[in-house]
Amino acid sequence: MTSMLSRAIRSLPATSTWAVRFSARSFSCSPLSHAAVQPKSKKTLAKNGVKNIVVVDGVRIPFLQSGTSYADLMPHDLARASLQGLLNRTNVPKEVVDYIVYGTVIQEVKTSNVAREAALGAGFSDKTPAHTVTMACISSNQAMTTGVGLIASGQCDVVVAGGVELMSDVPIRHSRKMRKTLLSLNRAKTLGQRLALFAKIRPDYFAPELPAVAEFSTSETMGHSADRLAAAFAISRVEQDEYALRSHTLARKAQDEGLLTDVVPFKVPGKDMVIKDNGVRPSSMEQMGKLKAAFVKPYGTVTAANSSFLTDGASAVLIMSEEKALAMGYKPKAYLRDFVYVSQDPKDQLLLGPTYGTPKVLERAGLTLADIDVFEFHEAFAGQILANLKAMDSDWFAQNYMGRKSKVGAPPLEKFNKWGGSLSLGHPFGATGCRLVMTAAHRLKKEGGQYGVVAACAAGGQGHAMIVELYPQ
Amino acid sequence: MWATACHPKFSFSAPLMLSLVPDHKRPGPMEPPMDAVVPTSSSMQSPGYACRNVASSSSLQARTHVNYDVKGDVAVVRFNSPDSKVNTLSKQLQSEFTEVMNEIWANEAVKSAVLISAKQGCFIAGADINMIESCKTTQEVTQLSQEGQKMFEKLEKSPKPIVAAISGSCLGGGLEVAISCQYRVATKDKKTVLGTPEVLLGLLPGAGGTQRLPKLVGLPAAFDMMLTGKNIRADRAKRMGLVDQLVDPLGPGTKSPEERTIEYLEEVAIGFARGLANKTVSHKREKGLVQKLTDYALAIPFVRQQIYKTVEKRVQKQTKGLYPAPLKIIEVVKTGLEQGSEAGYLSESQKFGELAMTAESKALTGLYHGQVQCKKNKFGAPKQEVKTLAVLGAGLMGAGIAQVSVDKGLTTILKDTTLEGLGKGQQQVFKGLNDKVKKKNLTSFERDTILSNMTGQLDYKGFDKADMVIEAVFEDLSIKHKVLKEVEAVVPPHCIFASNTSALPISQIAAASKRPEKVIGMHYFSPVDKMQLLEIITTDKTSQDTAASAVAVGLKQGKIIIVVKDGPGFYTTRCLGPMLAEVVRVLQEGFDPRKVDALSTGFGFPVGAATLIDEVGVDVAAHVAEDLGKAFGQRFGGGNVELLKRMVEKGFLGRKSGKGFYVYQQGVKNRSVNSSMDEILAQFKVPSRPEVCTDEDIQLRLVTRFVNEAAMCLQEGILSNPVEGDMGAVFGLGFPPCLGGPFRYADSLGAKQLVDKLRKYEAVYGNQFTPCQLLLDHANDASKKFHH
Repeated sequence: MTSMLSRAIRSLPATSTWAVRFSARSFSCSPLSHAAVQPKSKKTLAKNGVKNIVVVDGVRIPFLQSGTSYADLMPHDLARASLQGLLNRTNVPKEVVDYIVYGTVIQEVKTSNVAREAALGAGFSDKTPAHTVTMACISSNQAMTTGVGLIASGQCDVVVAGGVELMSDVPIRHSRKMRKTLLSLNRAKTLGQRLALFAKIRPDYFAPELPAVAEFSTSETMGHSADRLAAAFAISRVEQDEYALRSHTLARKAQDEGLLTDVVPFKVPGKDMVIKDNGVRPSSMEQMGKLKAAFVKPYGTVTAANSSFLTDGASAVLIMSEEKALAMGYKPKAYLRDFVYVSQDPKDQLLLGPTYGTPKVLERAGLTLADIDVFEFHEAFAGQILANLKAMDSDWFAQNYMGRKSKVGAPPLEKFNKWGGSLSLGHPFGATGCRLVMTAAHRLKKEGGQYGVVAACAAGGQGHAMIVELYPQ
Repeated sequence: MWATACHPKFSFSAPLMLSLVPDHKRPGPMEPPMDAVVPTSSSMQSPGYACRNVASSSSLQARTHVNYDVKGDVAVVRFNSPDSKVNTLSKQLQSEFTEVMNEIWANEAVKSAVLISAKQGCFIAGADINMIESCKTTQEVTQLSQEGQKMFEKLEKSPKPIVAAISGSCLGGGLEVAISCQYRVATKDKKTVLGTPEVLLGLLPGAGGTQRLPKLVGLPAAFDMMLTGKNIRADRAKRMGLVDQLVDPLGPGTKSPEERTIEYLEEVAIGFARGLANKTVSHKREKGLVQKLTDYALAIPFVRQQIYKTVEKRVQKQTKGLYPAPLKIIEVVKTGLEQGSEAGYLSESQKFGELAMTAESKALTGLYHGQVQCKKNKFGAPKQEVKTLAVLGAGLMGAGIAQVSVDKGLTTILKDTTLEGLGKGQQQVFKGLNDKVKKKNLTSFERDTILSNMTGQLDYKGFDKADMVIEAVFEDLSIKHKVLKEVEAVVPPHCIFASNTSALPISQIAAASKRPEKVIGMHYFSPVDKMQLLEIITTDKTSQDTAASAVAVGLKQGKIIIVVKDGPGFYTTRCLGPMLAEVVRVLQEGFDPRKVDALSTGFGFPVGAATLIDEVGVDVAAHVAEDLGKAFGQRFGGGNVELLKRMVEKGFLGRKSGKGFYVYQQGVKNRSVNSSMDEILAQFKVPSRPEVCTDEDIQLRLVTRFVNEAAMCLQEGILSNPVEGDMGAVFGLGFPPCLGGPFRYADSLGAKQLVDKLRKYEAVYGNQFTPCQLLLDHANDASKKFHH
């Protein structure tokens, strides 16, 4: 029944695409296409009295499926590799760096300030302070904007921001009862007291506590929420599989064409040099269609193939005030312009951050959707992306849930995640934000655009959107 | 697990059949009679017949209750009773449903079907109560049952798989429809409840339910459902095997969450219908080990016999034989299992017919109608909605009121005068909500969010935003006056002052007010979160808008509301007074508290009369008895108040002090009689009068005084109608639900008989038993009834 329905739904956009093509052909006598001549609402987003902040460059180590080559490392090892990669790429003198911020989600308890541990081992000055932020899947976005804040307020000139996630190893705890017993054991003075405590231990005390990719407030796993979201927007299994296939196909193409220049190789001790992302697997619709629903069983639409996979990885960007960068002789890649954080109902709108964030950041910057040349959205699930596109294209949703008069409109797919996305490249929770910004910057240059929008959803029902402006060439 | 509670829990916290709806349009004269369209089963499959049927139905009559459309090879049948929030199995709906199904069965292009409601929040809420009530004889009701049985048997044997897509209440006949289908898909939200509440109306599931449920969920669970009538939430229904699949409710998309969720439910159900038709989905569910073992055990006749016996014993113990329905349910189930389904169905329809004619069923149905009536605001919408509520006094009552307010979304201030009292009150509210978390009615996050709307404080901060203040401070007029003045100094002009007093006349409290039109009584019953009744008391000066506001708040708190005029003891306390005075007299006459309790519970009271005094508090009872004695004089006499006062002196305050007529100890279930009472009872002993001391006489002495006083309240205009009188007595005081309340009891026993009894006791005890004029009028004219 799903396929029947989806076919019916799919036929709609298909026909409209045809219509567009047809009309485009009929207007082919006009000398230039509309997109090329359309003037931007604004020439630049520079504001009087506000420092221009630039991203000089950024790198990431290859994103790997968890349990593969990075499996035996610790999170700070990955972060360290990305920091070293950044140092190599930019040759920034280590004493110039004023501050380091890293984002991460599932913290290794031994290195809870992973930014500091990584910086110490990466050859940065031990005089450079570092802290770690967390905001679920937008943790490295938060790291970058923290850096932007430090520079804008004049506290710093040069900040390194990044993110790291190691899903191959997550802290698994003893149960609360067991922890309580063990902690009491510390205080027990006599053998008798200790034995009495041991005697209290029951088999259920040994049940471990695993970190769940579930909302604490609703106890719902993110995949389950994504499935409900897809259903709420009536997005079929086939549509989701098609989108996932698109992501993998585009990622493979970008890999093959050597476009993913933010990737730096990582020599893992005792293993081969890792040179590229290993989760890109363009498959076929038939193959993907065979998978069973992963969360809403048995009839759900979100499967392993149309969801982002558990990923290990780390990323880093070098952010400076424009004048500092120029003074140091750098040619920056892009400006980091307006950004917003949004939050909404963590149950039914968990993954709609981009829908709320995009119109808001466009308004802040005084731009319209048509001004944007490059969209880089975080792909948590194919269903989530398609739901966001539908929500952004719905007047009803804008009016009833966002308090807006009308919709912002859906980003056109020909500008959207053209080099793959989290579905195919992978999604190390804490590190994705930097990848989005660097991909947007690189795409703007490659495709000849000026403005890009980066947007992402995050657990807790939060979201982030930021305008990236190509640095004048 | 099956042996849990088999009692139709009326008592103090009757979970009454909220969901069956009576105010439903009955088929009008224009609508076709049902038997005209019910085909025989042999003609069902005949295409010729069906074609005629299609042609005639589409051209001649537009269906108003049931419709369907075909999506691919799946027919989607939609229930939609017009002009009603819920669907009920009325004659009209049933006949249209039969028609529709016949068309579907005859249509070769249709391979399977989905049954769904077009209404949000209700699949089918049950049979049309009016339809059953309008039957005059057992045979008529039996026939109704048999028609339903026939229809549902066709569903069960349908060659094309039928999937019930359930969202909202699926109760009684609605559940019987659902369990006749081959597969059930339900939305997993709080509104979706499944159950067989017939027992609460003194009936049994009369359309195959008693036969199908044991097969579907097993004998123990089926008994549990049918004997308690409790609502089962979707997730539990899934675990029991009552439904096959759950659908999570959706959030907003490009449509409202509710609209899209029901669409999604339909899509998912269509998928399963198609799957069943092409055999990619099996309707057989996998059974767990426990289920397999249970099934194995139940295949042994001896085990089944033991179960019948145990359940019967339990029902006997809990109902004292006062409720016939539970026993008939057991009997019918037994017949089906032991003698085959044909005998079972026959027995079901016959017993259904018999039960519908019992006084108990009529009393319970009357309560149901009363409940619907008492869930309406007869004063209309208030000018200003109460959003912020302040409660004074964080004691048992105050905290209870705060709890039922804050969890309905009211911003609540809980004020006390001491930190200790406040802490206790806040803990009580937390515990109340946390118990719901334990029962999975709330998540811990919802609990925390709810609690964030309540502030506990010792001062009057924030009272300038209060729309209503309910005081639950100590029952002392001067203290009430003091807080009233303090409150009026800080609250905005529109703020209503409500007093939660059980006996102090509201007009006396209002005497200290600068704006008596804003003063009203709101008498809650303890424990507030369990007791359904709220007695609202208006004085001559209380404005209509104030009354409207109080009722609106009470309804929001989920209460059944009666509105009475001011007077000593209002209605409920006033009725209870004479009965308790009589209890004391009976005790003085030398009857053991246990005996008194046994007699009163044997009559149908959920709590024994002596125990009731302990529960209320001996000091409170003494206080109220004295006050009412002053107001009404000798008529409220009987027992000696001094006995209660002596108990108070001795510290025997009832449950709260650990000793009253009984000794209460933590963790001890079988409490013993307080032996120290012997001395007091001996001191106040009066000779018993053998001519009025049989068991029945003692029961009637208690009850007739109650009923007489209730009638007097109606006569004096304290009560505005007998329905509210019945509701107040049953839901506030535990008057036997099987009797339906004092007025229904007077009707069914006959006012003449009642007056005769009163006269008999009057001859012995004097004016405490003098029947009131209203009862005499009814006794003199047999055509006069309180209920029509």
